[in-house]
Amino acid sequence: MTAAVTLERVSCVYGSGAAAVRAVDDVSLEIGAGEFFTLLGPSGSGKTTCLRMIGGFVLPTAGRIRIGGDDVTRRPPYARPVNTVFQDYALFPHMDVRDNVAYALRVRGVARAERERRADELLALVQLAGAGARRPAQLSGGQRQRVALARALIGQPQLLLLDEPLGALDLKLREQMQSELKALQRRLGITFLFITHDQHEALSMSDRIGVFADGRLEQVGTPAAVYESPATRFVAHFVGAANVLDGDAARALTGHDCAMLRPERVALGPAAGARAGGVVAEVQYFGAYTRVRVDAAGTALQLDVPATAGEPLPARGDTVHLHWDARAVHALATGGARRSEPDVPAPARSAEGVA
Amino acid sequence: MSTALALPAPPPTVRRRVSDLLYTRRGVLLVALLAPPLLWFGVIYLGSLFALLANAFFGLDDFSGVVVREFTLKNFVELAEPANVDIVVRSVAMASAVTLACVVLGWPLAYTMARHARGAQKALLYVAVMLPLWSSYLVRLYAWKLLLAKEGAISWAAQQAHLTWALDALLAIPRLGGPSLSLSTLGTFVVFVYLWLPFMVLPMQAAIERIPASTIEASADLGAAPGQTLWRVILPLALPGIAAGSIFTFSLTLGDYIVPQVIGDSTLYIGQVVYKQQGVAGNIPFAAAFSLVPIVVVGIYLWIARRLGAFDAL
Repeated sequence: MTAAVTLERVSCVYGSGAAAVRAVDDVSLEIGAGEFFTLLGPSGSGKTTCLRMIGGFVLPTAGRIRIGGDDVTRRPPYARPVNTVFQDYALFPHMDVRDNVAYALRVRGVARAERERRADELLALVQLAGAGARRPAQLSGGQRQRVALARALIGQPQLLLLDEPLGALDLKLREQMQSELKALQRRLGITFLFITHDQHEALSMSDRIGVFADGRLEQVGTPAAVYESPATRFVAHFVGAANVLDGDAARALTGHDCAMLRPERVALGPAAGARAGGVVAEVQYFGAYTRVRVDAAGTALQLDVPATAGEPLPARGDTVHLHWDARAVHALATGGARRSEPDVPAPARSAEGVA
Repeated sequence: MSTALALPAPPPTVRRRVSDLLYTRRGVLLVALLAPPLLWFGVIYLGSLFALLANAFFGLDDFSGVVVREFTLKNFVELAEPANVDIVVRSVAMASAVTLACVVLGWPLAYTMARHARGAQKALLYVAVMLPLWSSYLVRLYAWKLLLAKEGAISWAAQQAHLTWALDALLAIPRLGGPSLSLSTLGTFVVFVYLWLPFMVLPMQAAIERIPASTIEASADLGAAPGQTLWRVILPLALPGIAAGSIFTFSLTLGDYIVPQVIGDSTLYIGQVVYKQQGVAGNIPFAAAFSLVPIVVVGIYLWIARRLGAFDAL
């Protein structure tokens, strides 16, 4: 696999002295050609700074950035074989859609007829054929998104950077654009570097995911690896919902000093053979499943009860018995608690709530 | 809920009734808010303008010097005389040159204020731009008279720098030059640019500030070098601000009658003619006809600006 982008020990520090913020802290990363790579992390974790350094809008404080083997660390944005789909689309309001899409060709001095032909091709590719004469202000959010995509693709970049491009779209449109983006990427074979804070988006679209926290890469791996075998407590909490057990409770329930157990791998069952038992503290209905929080053995355990016909759901105050397969337990390194460790699985929860 | 506190209904006082009325009937509120400015604008502002327009079609009795309230186009015929056309052309040329110079000089300042200056630096630049407006126009005008005079600071500095020959060459240019800067059209131009520059910088700065940073980044991202970004993205998007500023600089120059009187080669500009006709000569109808010229010129200017797409990005 040849590398499309390589980050070698890249850091970016904003400000200086006591007020200095290490937005990106000693990150090394290699993204293969043709890969759909996602940087996933909460806001302020450094993923956007990382993308802006690759695009050339922010210069790294230390380290080197290579694109397709060339060192581009100090090159300005207009001299990099990279294009960006901006979070707010950043369309030029004073140009019509066709001129927006053709902009990269226009500044390279391509003749009008040729660039308009190419722009119309790209507009057809993103299913906006015939919208060329309209102004960005006359388009819906989803259409602007497509124009931004066509505009970024017309220069045939080696690498396309996408900065939370779907964040402003409503849920249905976002799901549709997710599959379209994925299909487009497969068809064009361009490397996509995608940024999101939405774990579902990251899991469903990516070939590989890099999880960011506090300016550092916590884990890089396939969606399944990141979800099934999180490297750190942060990853366990941030990607999906998780029960992270510590200390006596962890040793009593799992035999490890620190372990993660996904709520969907825990089931209700009879008292006989149960691994734990407790009282239901909270019941949250999500449609496809119901999340139940149980106070068991001095710790809180979440479990997801799938929506199966006829089965009664537990109610608050019920005593229940919990079962899980030994293979569902994933041991975590102890003492890995970091600055950004959420006390409650808040990001996972809220993200789950969106879905 | 047991914790909820039942708030007592407020007593129906007069003030509350008025509030309720204004809240439920938005039309009443609109009339109450708009009546004073509309009265002012409609009666005093537009009213006097129409009175002026009407006066332009009256004549003057040459013997008694009394305004004759009878319809006549005599004033406009007089306006078309070569001497008067000359004044109009000179005034429009001066206003255009001043506007252009204000754009060129003001742009770097406005751009720095809008996109680079932060905090105290920005406040300082604002004060620097506004500071001249805090003192009297006349004081600043006479200060310039001293600076531009033959024995003034500028010719002294030119002498010290052994550049007197350059100054003399400038002053030798026909129509622009004169015996000294303070007695030349060049001097009039310099002072006009100085006086109206803030009125160009501020709207330009506001327009540049409104351009989203991401559109400028997108331009660079798509391969445009800084010069191309300036030409294709920043300037077109700042055009409404430039247009707004140019309306100020253009019409202020066109209507001014004091600057060319104090500094310049004593050729006349529109403002001076209007001033003289309505004051010394007492020919109000002709003054009215002449003061319609800047209104028409600015109207044509706005029409052209709109046709060129200056307001498209608004």
